[in-house]
Amino acid sequence: MNRLKATATETGITHARRLWLYVLGALLLAFLVLPTVIVIPMSFSASQYLEFPPRHLSLRWYENYLQSAAWRQATVTSLEVSALTAVLATVLGTAAAYGLLNCGMRRARWAGAVLLAPIMVPVILVAIGVFYAYVKLGLLDSVAGLVLADSALAIPIVLLVVSAALRGHDTRQEMAARSLGATRFGAFMRVTVPQIRFAVLTAAILSFLTGFDEVVIALFISGGDHPTLTRNMFNALRDQIDPTIAAISTLMIAVSTVLLASALIGKPRDGG
Amino acid sequence: MNAADLSRDARAERWRLFGLSIPALFLITLVMILPVGWLFLLSLQDENGVLSLANYRRLIEQPSYGRILFASFEISLLVTAICAVLGYALAYLLSQLPPRRAGLLMLGVLMPFWTSILVRTYAWLVLLQRDGIMNRFGIGLGLWRTPLVLVYNMQGTVIGLVHIMLPFLVLPLYGAMRAIDRDYVRAAANLGAAPVQVFWHVFLPLSRAGLFAGATITFILCLGSYVTPAVLGGGKVVMAASAVATDVELYFSWGPASAFGVVLLIVTSLLLFAASRFARLDRLFGGGA
Amino acid sequence: MTRPATAGATPGAALPIRVRQVTKTYGRVVALDHVDLEVWSGEFLTLLGPSGSGKTTLLMVLGGFVRPDHGSVRFGEQEVIRLAPHKRGVGMVFQSYALFPHLSVAENIAFPLKLRGVRRSEAMRRAREALDLVQLPGLGDRSVSALSGGQRQRVALARAIVFEPRILLMDEPLSALDKQLREHMQIELRRLHDRLGITTVCVTHDQREALTMSDRIAVIDHGRIVQLDEPRRIYERPATRFVAEFVGESAFLPVRRKGTTYYLGDVPLRMDGQPMRDGADLLMVRPERLRLLAEGEATDGNVISGNVSEIVYQGDSVLVQVGLPSGQTVASRVGSAKATMRTMPAVGDAVRLALAPQDVCLLRDDAI
Repeated sequence: MNRLKATATETGITHARRLWLYVLGALLLAFLVLPTVIVIPMSFSASQYLEFPPRHLSLRWYENYLQSAAWRQATVTSLEVSALTAVLATVLGTAAAYGLLNCGMRRARWAGAVLLAPIMVPVILVAIGVFYAYVKLGLLDSVAGLVLADSALAIPIVLLVVSAALRGHDTRQEMAARSLGATRFGAFMRVTVPQIRFAVLTAAILSFLTGFDEVVIALFISGGDHPTLTRNMFNALRDQIDPTIAAISTLMIAVSTVLLASALIGKPRDGG
Repeated sequence: MNAADLSRDARAERWRLFGLSIPALFLITLVMILPVGWLFLLSLQDENGVLSLANYRRLIEQPSYGRILFASFEISLLVTAICAVLGYALAYLLSQLPPRRAGLLMLGVLMPFWTSILVRTYAWLVLLQRDGIMNRFGIGLGLWRTPLVLVYNMQGTVIGLVHIMLPFLVLPLYGAMRAIDRDYVRAAANLGAAPVQVFWHVFLPLSRAGLFAGATITFILCLGSYVTPAVLGGGKVVMAASAVATDVELYFSWGPASAFGVVLLIVTSLLLFAASRFARLDRLFGGGA
Repeated sequence: MTRPATAGATPGAALPIRVRQVTKTYGRVVALDHVDLEVWSGEFLTLLGPSGSGKTTLLMVLGGFVRPDHGSVRFGEQEVIRLAPHKRGVGMVFQSYALFPHLSVAENIAFPLKLRGVRRSEAMRRAREALDLVQLPGLGDRSVSALSGGQRQRVALARAIVFEPRILLMDEPLSALDKQLREHMQIELRRLHDRLGITTVCVTHDQREALTMSDRIAVIDHGRIVQLDEPRRIYERPATRFVAEFVGESAFLPVRRKGTTYYLGDVPLRMDGQPMRDGADLLMVRPERLRLLAEGEATDGNVISGNVSEIVYQGDSVLVQVGLPSGQTVASRVGSAKATMRTMPAVGDAVRLALAPQDVCLLRDDAI
């Protein structure tokens, strides 16, 4: 009780008077977190019908998923596409971030705006546009096509994250390295990258997740031989509520969490 | 004497650096700008490939497009309003906590970000079902009698969208609130403002810019949303993106689809432009720290 | 000790402040250690100390933003320790000025008046009056971001006094200004205080500022008030080594006490009827009190002999560093007008320095 009487702020408001705010905050956080968490126990439910809490536990949905060639193939495709997207977007985006920040030209701002365009344009438009283009280019239904599209979506994120890190970095260190005989690229790789590696890693992980979670574009340009996990899940959701989706969802949550946790663990204290 | 050489060297170096961004620019142009440009051209052609405004005329003549656009606006506005109220409270709470604890809770707020939208939508399907948890909870606690129909309709869509968009609003708002210098609050209190007055006269105005930024992002994302209305709306909630998709997938009517998409793009761009203007004006009047 | 009268002040309108045994700890850090302080009605008192000494914490306690662990704070007859900040009715100027960026200058100043129910037209009138008082007439309609640092400082001041508080608190009000402006504002602030006659407590780490503006100075170290005195006595008769080092420059020479005499080395100190200070074991030597003796010049002051180690030209004066046989160094400051080729010694020369009996100051070594 005494904790409640203590002042929460310098203006003299007590914790007690703020109780409603704490309760509301807790409810909102629950609202945000719960739906995701609920999927996990659901995936272990033995019943075919959606029921919560699950009365009997079983791994049948996981078996269902792993034994289905279609799901397995889709997973492989998604992982492949995501990994390649991560590499392509990170390399291209980091190079662009470094170049635009250091060139000192005014047109760099325009270039930066263009590179951020994918965030501004409604995804559906990009989706049908890419679909149209890929029909003409024969890139429909291909891993390459997916990688190109997803990388385009991920580059703005890479740009934002890496630029922020570069801006906080002291450029004089590179100058020192170059005075000692390193080329510009050498100085970048040996001096700057090690110090911004956390940001680059974050950018790579976010790019991976962008590819992995992307739905709309995948709906239009994947399918046939190379459907993505997201495309199949979307169709499954629309058709019938198959608890297999719960199992897949749980695995997806696990993948995302592991990736992000590893990024956070590797974070140096000064956020380099 | 060697001024010309020096300036040439300098220019070469600058161009070399700029050149680092060319691959990325190339990719984005190829994958995004060109296709969207193509679509723009498509929208200006009729069925025979002749330049005309037939598609846009069709948009105006056929009332369904107008209705869909209007409905999209309505829903987006509703979701943004709900998010603004709830999100402000949450952001405020987080901004008042010590940074470490706030950071931890922030992970909870950001959690939807790193979970696939499909997973979240599926979760809501489960929760909002006729005999899903929401209904069982409500009936069990005696809050309502007959099971509420919360999914495959507008309600479900709105709930799902609020869940997706809330982090987008909280994030910039939280940043803006954290940036408010504590001295402002102290000064207001010292000058005689009771805590409620401090909030109303000082804190709220100073957080306006962040709220506006978050609300703009939320609104724009809502306007273009596809997955959530498609799954949780059960086909009854048709928003702009669904209309474009249906036109292409089902009817192969690329002309009207492109036109509608272009309209969507223009509306979005106008909103972004207006928002950036407001943000700059806000700063002129000294808004925010 | 007589308090200088403040001209133009209405006697009784300003409130005295009484702080009793105020203590505040943060975890293991003691910010305020049983502080006792009395600020007289209408006086200008400065809290002087290094960063971390607790001076700002004490000011925040007076303002109501920090609640002490125990103790009492009275404004006049009223106990205010549990009173919320917005009910205390004190004017406060923050180090960052905290001018509301979304309000104009006049609206900022009128803010406290509007909270007190003053009608808008009346509030604006009084706001403009306050602007005249701080010598910024006509700036009412400007935006806060368009003002210079010095102007912002004065607007902050105007806002703090417009509602006629009986106590004014200032947290390092001049630290953000450049040197010239600062020195000008020191005099301006003092003049304003004399005109309004309100009790003022000012926090600073700048000793020159404290010496210029205050009626009394409270020197604070590690949450405790080490000395509370008029500026002159703080400077010329510091109680401890800490105070002597913090205010002005000086060297310290160890002294021994034998009976009623203090000895500097083997030579007894000639003191001019000064009271004995208990526990004193250091002689404070200020450069401007140490006089260079000419060859063969006699003196009835205390003589210190040594060799010139360095002569430093400092513009308005010359600092002569003298190394003593004991290994220590003392300095003598000579006005540049007097420092000519003829009168100044060279580096390496043996010199004698004189410290007059009335300038002898003994203090306690409280160095940790």
